[in-house]
Amino acid sequence: MLAWHRLCRDRVGLVSLAVVTGYALVVIMAVCGWIAQDWSREVGVNYAPPVFVGVDSSPLEKPSASVPEVTALPDDTGIADPLADVIAEIKKGMPLAQAKEARVQTLPLGGDKWGRDVLKKTIKGTETSLIVGLLSALLAVAIGTLLGAQAGYYGGRVDDFLNWFYSIFTSIPYLLLVLAIAAVLNQKGTLTVILILGLTGWTGIFRLVRAEYLKHRTREYVLAADAIGASNTQRMFMHIFPNVSHVVLVQLSLHVVLFIKSEVILSFLGFGVGVDTVSWGSMLSEAQSELILGKWWQLVSATVAMAVLVTAFSLFADALRDALDPRLK
Amino acid sequence: MTAYIIRRLWQSIPTLLGVVLLVFVLFNWIGGDPAYLLAGKMSNPEQIENIRRQLGVDQPYYVQLWIFITQIATGDFGASWATNEKVSAIFASRLGPSLTVLVPMLIISTLMAMAMAMLVAYARGSLTDRVVMISCTVGQSISILVYIIVFQYVFAFQLGWFPVQGWGHDFLVNLLKFSALPILVGVVVSLAPDTRLYRSFFLDEINQDYVRTARAKGMSEARVMWVHVLRNAAIPIVTHVLIQLPALLAGAFLIERFFSIPGIGREVLLAVERSDFPVIKAVTIYVAVATLAANLLADILYKAIDPRVQLK
Repeated sequence: MLAWHRLCRDRVGLVSLAVVTGYALVVIMAVCGWIAQDWSREVGVNYAPPVFVGVDSSPLEKPSASVPEVTALPDDTGIADPLADVIAEIKKGMPLAQAKEARVQTLPLGGDKWGRDVLKKTIKGTETSLIVGLLSALLAVAIGTLLGAQAGYYGGRVDDFLNWFYSIFTSIPYLLLVLAIAAVLNQKGTLTVILILGLTGWTGIFRLVRAEYLKHRTREYVLAADAIGASNTQRMFMHIFPNVSHVVLVQLSLHVVLFIKSEVILSFLGFGVGVDTVSWGSMLSEAQSELILGKWWQLVSATVAMAVLVTAFSLFADALRDALDPRLK
Repeated sequence: MTAYIIRRLWQSIPTLLGVVLLVFVLFNWIGGDPAYLLAGKMSNPEQIENIRRQLGVDQPYYVQLWIFITQIATGDFGASWATNEKVSAIFASRLGPSLTVLVPMLIISTLMAMAMAMLVAYARGSLTDRVVMISCTVGQSISILVYIIVFQYVFAFQLGWFPVQGWGHDFLVNLLKFSALPILVGVVVSLAPDTRLYRSFFLDEINQDYVRTARAKGMSEARVMWVHVLRNAAIPIVTHVLIQLPALLAGAFLIERFFSIPGIGREVLLAVERSDFPVIKAVTIYVAVATLAANLLADILYKAIDPRVQLK
């Protein structure tokens, strides 16, 4: 509670908290399907410019108002098409409206190569990034805290073994380890990315939590808990953990930032989320080739959205750390 | 000192064995059967059996582990699955370009970050300090990908100051023409986080008692900063730089990929895309060894710079 009051007095922290909450609300709406549900529909012409730039009148962008009629070829071969029935079924199932609908010339934030709305893709990308960032950070913090608590509290052989484990993971640079695991798993998808990031990012938290538990285990209140008959596990998680939770909370927010950035890089390289999920990384990879043609809106959209979120989260994490554990600046 | 070094080397053996075990479990066990990968689309069971026998994956696990350990000891990891080039040859030829880009990048970015951090620490609390810190935070939140794309587009494509991509044969040409833009991008990207970190090191030193004593003795602020504070803050900075070195060995793979620099990082990316396990295994082991060596070197250097430090 005291921390909350301190946080409220920090204006930068409050503003960044508001921004992060705004992003979270957008994500919740996207997850529930209220907005940006139809991001993959190709509503605009190819490379539709944003509204504020105006219609692109170059000859390359002549819109085809309707799909040209496909006339049936004369059947003079005498062979019945074995797939005709299947194709007729498929054509019936296809949304006809999409084929007949005229493509719009401009979209709010522009369109990508296939005419998909960049605004909706950005929102969906926010959802991907925030969900992946949060869940993988939670996983990493859970693993790091559990292992750190064991190592710090018990000491001795448990500590030695867990330290050995920790040093293995820290001998390999972070992104190299992530890539190696991605290569081995060879499977894309949001769950894979969350697992990869969570299983490689626990090392920083482990070290900090272990140090905290080492500090706390000889304190008087722990001895008192022993006197009233609390078991080891109870002492670790019911008594010591609330006193350590401020470190864990700050590390959680810092790791969310780190994992959002890592997920973007992974998706960019093609090892991240699947093809049917949009992420800022995939938007950036498309943007690279678009830039040469002079279409800048997807790049700017993804960059600004990501920059604002990461900055706000970083500032919020700093403010949280100052509020929870104030020291002389 | 010698006893310390020997003890550290002795202590790093279990860690190295652990890394070997981790890589082995990852690639030989979880990674699954590579024979299908290598056999291609059309293959008969005999071909697959043959490939398995050649790779040695039809043996029990402890035999495979022993083969892997002997490979590491001799430094011969076999050949790449994709190009059939010997892995050691791949490293030997790719190390040069990687270092040509990364060593200047490291030197320039460290010097610039130190200069900026000292400036900001000197002007702490003022508007300059806050503006620089906020722009560092914002600069850090823009993905490195955006920096690379935008810099390539603006400086190479539009303005034509640098080549967009590529690599030459002559060392000087490589250094001055092809490495210039990659080095620039690398420096800009690492400037923000390094400045923040070094600023905290400098601030830790400025708040110490000896600085107050020096000022009380009448020393000019410039002398205090450049002679006393810098010398003491250099220790964590040097440690930080040394620890970053092995990560450099893995190559700044994004930069190498975008600028088509034939370095180790680009090899790693290609290997991951093609599921080329020998290359990835070799890189992981080498980098782990380099990390342990760099940590030991950093500790020894720490003792050399600051004689008060007690190495245990």
